[in-house]
Amino acid sequence: MLSFVFRRFISMIVTLWLIITLTFFLMHAVPGSPFEKEGKALNEAVAANLNAYYNLDKPLLVQYGLYLQKLLQFDLGPSIANSSDTVNKMIARGFPVSFQLGLISVVFAIVTGIALGVIAALRHNRLIDYLAMIIAVIGISVPSFVVASLLIKYLAVEWKLLPTATWGTWQHVIMPALALAFGPIAIIARLTRTNMLEVLTQEYIETARAKGLSPATIVLKHALRNAILPVVTLLGALIANVLTGSFVIEKIFAIPGMGKYFVAGINNRDYSVIMGTTVFYSALLIFLMFVVDVLYGIIDPRIKLHRKESEG
Amino acid sequence: MIVSDDLFIPMRKDNLNAEAIVRPQLTFWQEAWLRLRGNKLALMGLVVIILLGVMATIGPMISGHEYAKQSIIMKNKPPSETNWFGTDDFGRDVFTRVWYGARISLFVGLTAALIDFFIGVLYGGIAGYLGGRIDNIMMRFVDILYGLPYLLVVILLMVVMGPGLLTIIIALSATGWIGMARTVRGQVLQMKNSEYVLAAKTMGAKPFYIIRKHLLPNTIGIIIVYVTLSVPSAIFSEAFLSFLGLGIQAPMASWGVMANDGLPTILSGHWWRLFFPAFLISLTMLAFNVLGDGLRDAFDPKSRR
Repeated sequence: MLSFVFRRFISMIVTLWLIITLTFFLMHAVPGSPFEKEGKALNEAVAANLNAYYNLDKPLLVQYGLYLQKLLQFDLGPSIANSSDTVNKMIARGFPVSFQLGLISVVFAIVTGIALGVIAALRHNRLIDYLAMIIAVIGISVPSFVVASLLIKYLAVEWKLLPTATWGTWQHVIMPALALAFGPIAIIARLTRTNMLEVLTQEYIETARAKGLSPATIVLKHALRNAILPVVTLLGALIANVLTGSFVIEKIFAIPGMGKYFVAGINNRDYSVIMGTTVFYSALLIFLMFVVDVLYGIIDPRIKLHRKESEG
Repeated sequence: MIVSDDLFIPMRKDNLNAEAIVRPQLTFWQEAWLRLRGNKLALMGLVVIILLGVMATIGPMISGHEYAKQSIIMKNKPPSETNWFGTDDFGRDVFTRVWYGARISLFVGLTAALIDFFIGVLYGGIAGYLGGRIDNIMMRFVDILYGLPYLLVVILLMVVMGPGLLTIIIALSATGWIGMARTVRGQVLQMKNSEYVLAAKTMGAKPFYIIRKHLLPNTIGIIIVYVTLSVPSAIFSEAFLSFLGLGIQAPMASWGVMANDGLPTILSGHWWRLFFPAFLISLTMLAFNVLGDGLRDAFDPKSRR
């Protein structure tokens, strides 16, 4: 167990280092200086000062070293487009909002997805099963921005039930969270249904039934526990999905989260912001994947924690 | 016990054939097709994909409009006899643009899937077949890449390379082949150690013969399913990038670009500008997804989902 966690931890650090390095050198491979705007060249003295301020006058490897050094102190550097702002401040402002939205979406997706999958499996090949699977296929096929547009169109514009956009009260959370959770619900529901169908044919379910346990106990205590295990492996990818997906959703609903700063960074070609947000999000995701992997090993005692040679 | 002659009648000749196979033997492909044919939903997906392909080819030509032609008088007109899907805020014909966008979106999806296929099968196949230390090194590398957040890397690459059709395809394939490589490698590794391959080896089969006759036919199903399912994910990523302003640039159109341009129309009421591209993205994803599911069942009936 410990050696597994340790190896997984080392691989996490390597991946993290790789993405930091990749981001750094990709951003510095872009031709031109970030201070040139629409062909207007800056005054030479000003440009030199700016370059000195952002350490851009030093050799690339020195800059890289300085960047790593600052990262170790959790300092993601100043914004280039707006010199009074830093990436750390942006994250402090934007991340709580994105985190709240993401958390609500993930919880909603897990609960709804599992419920849908279980119901579909219990009523296998009946109307409810087909309905649930149709919802699942649609959920996988319809992009989140389409779902978001439909929700705004009907819930906000036509029926005026919810506010159209922005952030603040609990009513503001509903539509973006729904739009974000729609795809993940579909994936979880399908996976849960498949596993549930398989588990329900197992002998220990038969035994539980023979013991005279109530159907609810059988489903909740015996079947579901084993059926949702594979869903745990999906959690890492799911969270990644929701977090990056929220860039688009935040743009549509004008939510002041991380997505706003990231998209603004892309549009302004503000390299330090793009770099900072990418590194921050990657670190977060890679760490979550690590946690999920370790959790999975703890929850399911059948899993061998040592990587087998034949593992895919 | 009386032993009479009638106990010694020779067996009738036609019974000897009882073990012969009467039905014609089906090849792997025929069998898969037989199973796919029974799956109505998957067939529908196939038909929709073919129709989309046909419309992408002829669509921009049959409307009588040009995709980039602007006209101020024709601004934001609802669907009519001349503009079947209406016009956008530059007076461009939405019908023409939607099918022009279909070309771009389908092109991006298919090309990215094909590149993933070539790199992934080669990489995974070599790692799985050679095994040992080479496999270990190759897969360590893939493991690290696999941990990278896919869309963030793609966005990063797009920012660096600048928006455009070619860069989208490069950015998508730069990370897309990893899943394919892992799948193929796992499959090859599993089969390489199976008894029938060992049997073939003991009978003196050459490596190339084993790859061609045993490994390839047994992996091809999974590969086809994977390719079918990676087309919609590439189309989706393209729409996602275009939506963030990183994709195809005007006057070219893709579905993602058109959906992004059409977003303000939720409030202005020009619904056709958002509806048609959004509907076509969803329809395409749906068609590829059900076809992919159907193919999985057809090629590998054991792993029915």
